[in-house]
Amino acid sequence: MSGNKLKISEVLITRGIQFSGFSSILFVLMILYFLIAQGLPALTEVPLGELFNTRWYPIEEYYGILPLILGSLVVTLGASLVAIPLGVLTAIYIAEIAPSWAKEILKPLVELLAGLPSVVLGFLGILVLSPFLRDTFHLPTGLTALTGSLLLGMIAIPTIVSISEDALNNVPEIYRHGSLALGATRWQTIWGVTVPAARSGILTAIMLGVGRTIGETMTVMMVTGNAPVMPDSLRVLFMPIRTMTATIASEMGEVASGSPHYHVLFFIAVVLFLFTLIVNIVASNISSKQMKRSERILS
Amino acid sequence: MQKNKRPFFFNPKLTEKIGVSALTLVAFLTVAPIVAVVIYIVILGAPAISWEFITAMPRDGMRAGGIWPAIIGTFYLTIGTAIFSVPLGVAAAIYLSEYAGDNRLTRYIRLAIINLAGIPSVVYGLFGLGLFVIFLNFGTSILSASLTLSIMTLPVIISTTEEALRAVPQSFRVVSTSLGATKWQTIRRVVLPQALPGILTGVVLGLERAAGETAPILFTGAAFFLPRLPNSPLDATMALPYHLYVISTQVPGMPIQIQYGTVLVLMVFVLVMNLIVTLIRSRARARRQW
Repeated sequence: MSGNKLKISEVLITRGIQFSGFSSILFVLMILYFLIAQGLPALTEVPLGELFNTRWYPIEEYYGILPLILGSLVVTLGASLVAIPLGVLTAIYIAEIAPSWAKEILKPLVELLAGLPSVVLGFLGILVLSPFLRDTFHLPTGLTALTGSLLLGMIAIPTIVSISEDALNNVPEIYRHGSLALGATRWQTIWGVTVPAARSGILTAIMLGVGRTIGETMTVMMVTGNAPVMPDSLRVLFMPIRTMTATIASEMGEVASGSPHYHVLFFIAVVLFLFTLIVNIVASNISSKQMKRSERILS
Repeated sequence: MQKNKRPFFFNPKLTEKIGVSALTLVAFLTVAPIVAVVIYIVILGAPAISWEFITAMPRDGMRAGGIWPAIIGTFYLTIGTAIFSVPLGVAAAIYLSEYAGDNRLTRYIRLAIINLAGIPSVVYGLFGLGLFVIFLNFGTSILSASLTLSIMTLPVIISTTEEALRAVPQSFRVVSTSLGATKWQTIRRVVLPQALPGILTGVVLGLERAAGETAPILFTGAAFFLPRLPNSPLDATMALPYHLYVISTQVPGMPIQIQYGTVLVLMVFVLVMNLIVTLIRSRARARRQW
């Protein structure tokens, strides 16, 4: 009898575990459903030509989301320029060169940065970084795309460092030994052998880091000035801009549920979701390709 | 490669020396701002910290008094998030590591987890607004906000837990099963205890992120200002990160000291969480039997 009971509870637990395993799929589908259900009405309430227009001024019913999309892209691009070189080089240093005392210092600090809430960076951006940039470049305001880019770069760095570092650590030791045995210096081995071998892992790291910056909300909302202007040249880095995320966060609290403005904000969320979906699928494809290739080589 | 025909800057030894120094410099410059941030906040925030600041209610439109309701609110939200996300996330990881076969369904699950990890926090906020606040009618409440944060935290908990479970050597499972234990008994008595430090690390990192988030709770449970503490999961609450956002952008004439004090409290919270992770890891490394 007790054996039977054991069997029943085991079956129940197994079912529960299976259900939990599938829950992630359920959540993604539910998120997609709610975004689309609330976002699609925007397409009928606002003519397409107006939706993909250059003027965002919801009070007078101008719902052009182009400046917001471009605003997000500008800040993301700026952040990438900061985070990719610093992140990848730091990862190479930690994985390939650093003595253990340096690792003990660098790794916890990078982890600390990953845990720092984005409002904290936004706060420092307002009080420290933006006045500094304003005075350095003689700008009318320090709340610009550049300020956002620098801080977002810091937010992307931990992701890039930790995933690139994993990729470098996964390069089999025999590759390095082979290269060193052929007379290459350690430096030549890093750039000629290790980094190319970890290339796709590093690319994944970059994609995921960049993906995080597109979706960052609080820092951007606090430091970029939130002016929905169309970027027309590189000058835009020194001007206030407004991103998709900041628009949703700052306007959602004030719109009437079910109004066109409400639906457009959900539509922006759909666009954001698609951006990150593409980035993530590409990133995961890169890394699975890498896995297959290394299996082929090492088998 | 020919011999000795190269100019000095092609000297591999010299290149290595310069390159290594440059990389060292870059790496330390990259983390320098983090150190600067911590020191800066500690120095400017410390004078604001007092017993009253930690334990009193805000007064004068938050321009005086303490931040107690924000601290307790963040505490409630973190507990609420843990209640939902830890069992679900650990169970999902057990499924992936111990049960799932290498098939299409498993690939879809992994894709879903990767996607959950990439969805912007503000989009989680909208989803929480649509599902928990409006559709399920939980209102802007601790419950809605915790559920929203839970789903956001799931991918972190699932992936770190799965990694910890997979690190347990296969032989442990084989021995347990050969002694007559069922699959679940093996997981419960052998695999989970061995993986516990790794799981705890993931849980703390996930909760740390959830506690510091603002965007997902903006429309699901965060209150601008409340004159009293929340007394049920269906009440809205103040929260530290949102409070910091409010006092640094929404309230004119805010004394700078209170702002720095709030940042310091938030950062100490993060530092403590990180310290816990480091401790768990080093103790686990010392005790590991394999």
